[in-house]
Amino acid sequence: MSDNAPIVLRARDIARAFPGVQALAGVELTLRAGEVHALMGQNGAGKSTLIKVLTGVYAPDAGSIELLGQPVTPQSPIHAQHLGISAVHQESHLLPNLSVAENICAGRYPRRPWTRGGGIDWRETERRARELLAGLGIELDVTQLAGGLPAALQQLATVARAVATDARVLILDEPTSSLDADEVQSLFKLIRTLRDKGVAILFVTHFLDQVYEICDRMTVLRNGKFVGEYVCTKLDARGLVAAMVGRDVAAAEKSAATAHAADAGGPPLLAATNLSRRGQLKPMDIELRQGEVLGLAGLLGSGRTELARLLFALDQRDSGDIRIEGKPAKLEHPADALKLGLGFCPEDRKQSGIVAELSVRENIALALQARMGLRKFLTLTEQRQIAEKLVAALGVKTASIETPIGQLSGGNQQKAIIARWLATHPRVLILDEPTRGIDVAAKQELMHEILELAKGGTAVLFISAEIDEVVRVSDRIMVLRDRAKAGELPRGADEDAVYSMIASTNGAAT
Amino acid sequence: MKRLVHHALFWPAVTLALLLAASSLFNASFLTLTWRDGHLYGSLIDILNRAAPLMVVSLGMTLVIAVRGLDISVGAVVAIAAAVAALMIGGSFSATGEVQSQYPLWLALGTALAVAAACGLWNGLLVVKAGMQPIVATLILMVAGRGIAQLLTGGQIITVYYPPFFALGNGFLLGLPVALWIAGGLWLALHLLLSRTALGLFVRSIGGNPEAARVAGVRSSAITLCVYTFCGFAAGIAGLIVSSNVKSADANNAGQLLELDAILAVTLGGTALTGGRFQLAGTVIGALIIQTLTSMIYSMGVPPEVNLVVKAALVFAVMLLQSPEFRGIVMRVARGNSSKPLDGVKR
Repeated sequence: MSDNAPIVLRARDIARAFPGVQALAGVELTLRAGEVHALMGQNGAGKSTLIKVLTGVYAPDAGSIELLGQPVTPQSPIHAQHLGISAVHQESHLLPNLSVAENICAGRYPRRPWTRGGGIDWRETERRARELLAGLGIELDVTQLAGGLPAALQQLATVARAVATDARVLILDEPTSSLDADEVQSLFKLIRTLRDKGVAILFVTHFLDQVYEICDRMTVLRNGKFVGEYVCTKLDARGLVAAMVGRDVAAAEKSAATAHAADAGGPPLLAATNLSRRGQLKPMDIELRQGEVLGLAGLLGSGRTELARLLFALDQRDSGDIRIEGKPAKLEHPADALKLGLGFCPEDRKQSGIVAELSVRENIALALQARMGLRKFLTLTEQRQIAEKLVAALGVKTASIETPIGQLSGGNQQKAIIARWLATHPRVLILDEPTRGIDVAAKQELMHEILELAKGGTAVLFISAEIDEVVRVSDRIMVLRDRAKAGELPRGADEDAVYSMIASTNGAAT
Repeated sequence: MKRLVHHALFWPAVTLALLLAASSLFNASFLTLTWRDGHLYGSLIDILNRAAPLMVVSLGMTLVIAVRGLDISVGAVVAIAAAVAALMIGGSFSATGEVQSQYPLWLALGTALAVAAACGLWNGLLVVKAGMQPIVATLILMVAGRGIAQLLTGGQIITVYYPPFFALGNGFLLGLPVALWIAGGLWLALHLLLSRTALGLFVRSIGGNPEAARVAGVRSSAITLCVYTFCGFAAGIAGLIVSSNVKSADANNAGQLLELDAILAVTLGGTALTGGRFQLAGTVIGALIIQTLTSMIYSMGVPPEVNLVVKAALVFAVMLLQSPEFRGIVMRVARGNSSKPLDGVKR
């Protein structure tokens, strides 16, 4: 990396407005050959809009884009691809019922000459895919169905497909959000290979450590405006967060957990014994007391989400006795859980959280209304009051509470779903990866909110793949490994203790 | 003005108005209403009366489609309800020359509706409990149902001789057809049920994202079951109106292809086939559009053999008019093809 690396793409003074929102104004972006460039900003800063302008989804209201010195105006993602700008989005997946080779060559299948009967040349398709993957150092059987591959390999194949068209610019929009640490490394290896081939890479992520690991430069946006371009080695994490948020968040790195006495006497608020489901969770016990935050740590696939789903009756348990305040509880359907005062923020916001076409107000009112039943109807005024109060309290950024929730940015959708559960005043709130895909400042606010909830007497089960977050907010930490309980750690345990319990192989801490 | 154009019912209403205007071109007295024998008469009343069964069926279909379902068995259920009612009423002349019903009228109607609702429940169970695709689940009853109706009637057309039964399809109340009161009443009841209780929110959330609705504690299965049951019940009401109107039950032809007209009415009314958002009033307008089309073709004097082709062409034109994409293209062409693609066009 050096300042005289040739500039591949330069966007100048980009502006784009939507009804009621100036999404981008005066935004600059310069990408250089052989560099990985981070695009940083909070939720709603304009990162997605900028990417959509670069890939021709939106036409900019003002500004210019130059590719290798030539002015270009991408008209559509396909057109952008022809120009040499490819993008891999968080949701751009492979077609599961086609082979890897078919996926990679989709849309530009090699044809057999008519002398050989015409049609698609499948052998050539496979050869090209194999060649492409080999050139990128990816070991993969191209005849395999894409749907059968683990998420990480699918991600690699998606990136390979994106660069198969001789991309000069590759945009990666949160490619790591569903990968675990090892998988991130294999993706980074691929990114480095592409970088060394001279591709200019724009990398969008919320993980600061990843930015510092792989990126050379970064551009920071805030509220749709250009804050600055920095060389990564010259701006530390604290400076970066300050640039994104617009103020110095000194507390960001400090422990957020403040001592608050968890209720000690009486039966636990929620106690499950011998809880299990075949193939998903080995029998285990779990206890939640009023006013405590119980952190749930473990690797991907350790049974974190499975445990949460059993507690909320989203899946049927094979065995297990669940008691609420010492009394046996009927828990067969999420509606039962809701009646008992449980709340559950699912991990997969799009799939099982939001109802995209309904308004923010309706999404927030949904669980409370479900608990009240059909007849006791929340009037429009009541719904508005509840929604407005929570939108303000959680700082959900939305044009209005009548905006369809699907139009909000990811972090704001997440906040609105949490608002849905807060509206029910839950006694037990299960949060499955609530901080995934949301920015640093929003995470900070969310942690604060969780601690406030616990102070108010709610028992919180906090699930996160980010061990530092778990350590920061939890009163107790339960560690899962291989779909079973590995052990428990008291408040004050540090990350290393959690990691070593995750890593220990023979149930050491029992 | 802009709000008016963007209202969900704007284009369906415009379409209906255009069709009515076109009809009055073919038939000078089309829009005339006259008062005779204490009833309103006229082509408009005729259309409203004839559209009533389709309206009723389509209202049930709207809810099923709103929860991401589909019910293609409604035509068969119409035939079953008609057969049950006709068999139970029948009628025979007594010594005094008065016609007697075989069973009390209320019992016959009640049984027919209960059987129809049971058909709907069956569909719902197949979809919710057995996890079948709605189109496949209801296909079973679509085929089998007509068979059941034929079995009930012994393959014959059952004629009803009991006059009080004829009121449903031919009678008038306060100057308007009874069938229209039934359809209107059903619409009003549904409208109140969906807007004054939480049912509307639940239905839209199930249609929008079933998994999210379940996680939020909505009893999706129970609600979906109820919706299918209601759809069957509505088809039963339509069956009663139809058989009362023709004073008989014809298992082969009653409600034939009604399911397709109902789906078309729902679509024309602005309900998305993908579930979620639904428009009850739109469905009513959609049913009226279809009936107006049919009446128009008759009044144009189209020969029966090209009837379907003309109908298809008109439906095609109506669908184009309702497509935002098509209207966008027309606008652009009208403006001289110069402007860039409109971002404002709603998808």
